[in-house]
Amino acid sequence: MNSHEHMFRAALLDPAQAVPEGLTDGAGAPTTKRFDVYRNNVTVALIEALRTAFPVLRKLLGDANFDQLAPHFARAHPPASPLMMHYGVDMPEFLAGFTPLKHIGYLPDVARLELAIRQAYHAADAIPLSATDLAETEPDALMAACLSFAPAVQIVPSPWPLFDIWRYNMQEGAEKPRNVAQSVLITRPEFDPVPHPLTPAQATWISAIKAGTPLLGAQDAALAQDPKFDLSPLLTLLLQQEALTTLTTPKD
Amino acid sequence: MLDATRTPPRLPAAPGVGYKAQHFSDLRNAPGPVKWLEIHAENYMGDGGRPHAQLRALRGDFAISVHGVGLSIGGTGPLDPEHLARLKHLIDWLEPASFSEHLAWSTHGAEFLDDLLPLPYTDATLTCVADHIDEVQETLGRQMLLENPSSYLAFAQSTWSETDFLTELVRRTGCGLLLDVNNVFISATNLGYTPTGYLDAYPTAAVGEIHVGGHDEDRDEHGAPLLIDSHGAATADPVWDLLDYTLAQTGPAPVLVEWDNDVPDWATLRSEAERAEHALTSVLAN
Amino acid sequence: MSKTMKSVAIVSAVAAALTAQTTTSAQAASKEKCYGVSLAGANDCAAGPGTTCAGTSTVDYQGNAWTLVDAGTCAEIELPALADGTPRTGSLEELDRDLPA
Repeated sequence: MNSHEHMFRAALLDPAQAVPEGLTDGAGAPTTKRFDVYRNNVTVALIEALRTAFPVLRKLLGDANFDQLAPHFARAHPPASPLMMHYGVDMPEFLAGFTPLKHIGYLPDVARLELAIRQAYHAADAIPLSATDLAETEPDALMAACLSFAPAVQIVPSPWPLFDIWRYNMQEGAEKPRNVAQSVLITRPEFDPVPHPLTPAQATWISAIKAGTPLLGAQDAALAQDPKFDLSPLLTLLLQQEALTTLTTPKD
Repeated sequence: MLDATRTPPRLPAAPGVGYKAQHFSDLRNAPGPVKWLEIHAENYMGDGGRPHAQLRALRGDFAISVHGVGLSIGGTGPLDPEHLARLKHLIDWLEPASFSEHLAWSTHGAEFLDDLLPLPYTDATLTCVADHIDEVQETLGRQMLLENPSSYLAFAQSTWSETDFLTELVRRTGCGLLLDVNNVFISATNLGYTPTGYLDAYPTAAVGEIHVGGHDEDRDEHGAPLLIDSHGAATADPVWDLLDYTLAQTGPAPVLVEWDNDVPDWATLRSEAERAEHALTSVLAN
Repeated sequence: MSKTMKSVAIVSAVAAALTAQTTTSAQAASKEKCYGVSLAGANDCAAGPGTTCAGTSTVDYQGNAWTLVDAGTCAEIELPALADGTPRTGSLEELDRDLPA
């Protein structure tokens, strides 16, 4: 009994497919152009959604090229949920396998960054930890303490200058990307996600903390990556950006 | 069948507008005649952040109508239990004055097609849609309103008229109706019947909310007019006339101005709300 | 680095953060809670796409080609694109055939 849905679906995203049978103009005459309204609605809505979802990709490729790419993606990966805010989770993999763009190696990471920014925007609210909370903890307890991150905090690891690429496209007058590896930290003080570049050692420290490693162990991991690792700027940034939520000491 | 002994909060019989984030400050500073706002349920199903904060701020000043676009109530498959649970969560914390959805489908298998797609009106689809409405009303513990679609084509297999189909759904489920007057005008023009004829056959007693909005004009391959429900322009004059015709039957009702594409500045949208207010005042005067 | 030295490094990082907190709290206190969008009158890009219940009369559902029309900023970015580290720009490349659907 759901044959009309099967026929609609097959022809909606594929203009080469025949229009379903049994559709009329109201006076009984068969119609193609009227079905095309639905084809158009679906495709245009998904292209528009992707334009909104990936502003940096759009600037990197140029509007016209992006608009050609979008229907290819939409046909291969229609939304899997009515929550359009998260549409496009397959974009990094799609770009990695899209022959004409394969030589631009950083595009999948840019897509990952744009997805993570949206995740951060819609993430749950949380009460942030203050520097005072940490300062009031005994040094020994602090070394063994674990920290947890606000739900909005995201990390996008990358071997590319990912932050520089984002900034070059989103901030007027920003410098051209340098040839360095930058993982990106996304924080959300209040309501607006903010990307920050991370050195490899800083990314290692955050990954260790996220995995439940106590402060001392995270320090070890970061120092193993970079013997000159200094926690101060990173910890100040995390606290100012309301990125940390709870401190758990062993006796808790 | 819905337990009718519960009396849910109601939308005011006044103008409302579809809420857009860029109008947030204007709505708080200069709402004009706007007494209520409609939001798309799915855009507030994230876990937090600004969308939720804005809703918490706005619900103090405006009645809120939650309008779903993703439940696929007109689909033949089962309702997505996860999506229904997300909807219940939103309705539970927001406690809106109204919840409405569309007589349309948008989900096929695991895919969401981001459009309101049409269904044939048959005994089988009637049973299916009625079951879906029952499930929604039981889950949410409240009455829902069902909106008539804008039609671009008809199904040869349909055995029910749209107005009879809606009348029977109301009778079976106890749901209310959201009457989109712009959709009536679009469907009537596209399928070759008179919009007033549709309204005369429509169960107006069940109307809990009315929509007006803008449409685009095109032509089909035979040269016949083909109107598109674009929500991207001011409401057309014949649709305002149809609103007057409708209000004369229903009496004062909540009237929403929908403007979703090429969203104008607040002054332009507010002047549309003022026109709706004028229509509501006129029906009281007559 | 000894455990004590690492411990000193962590404690001094906390002290630095505490100093930074004290100097910025005055700004934070005066900052109004912003429920509105970040740029006055602008759409909130970070929100991502929303749902639609409207149709469109723009007809562009056709086509499956990849024909370069213009270039974006990727042409301006010089980075080694391949494992051999050869610097090259990310200019888009023409593909002289339609893509598989």
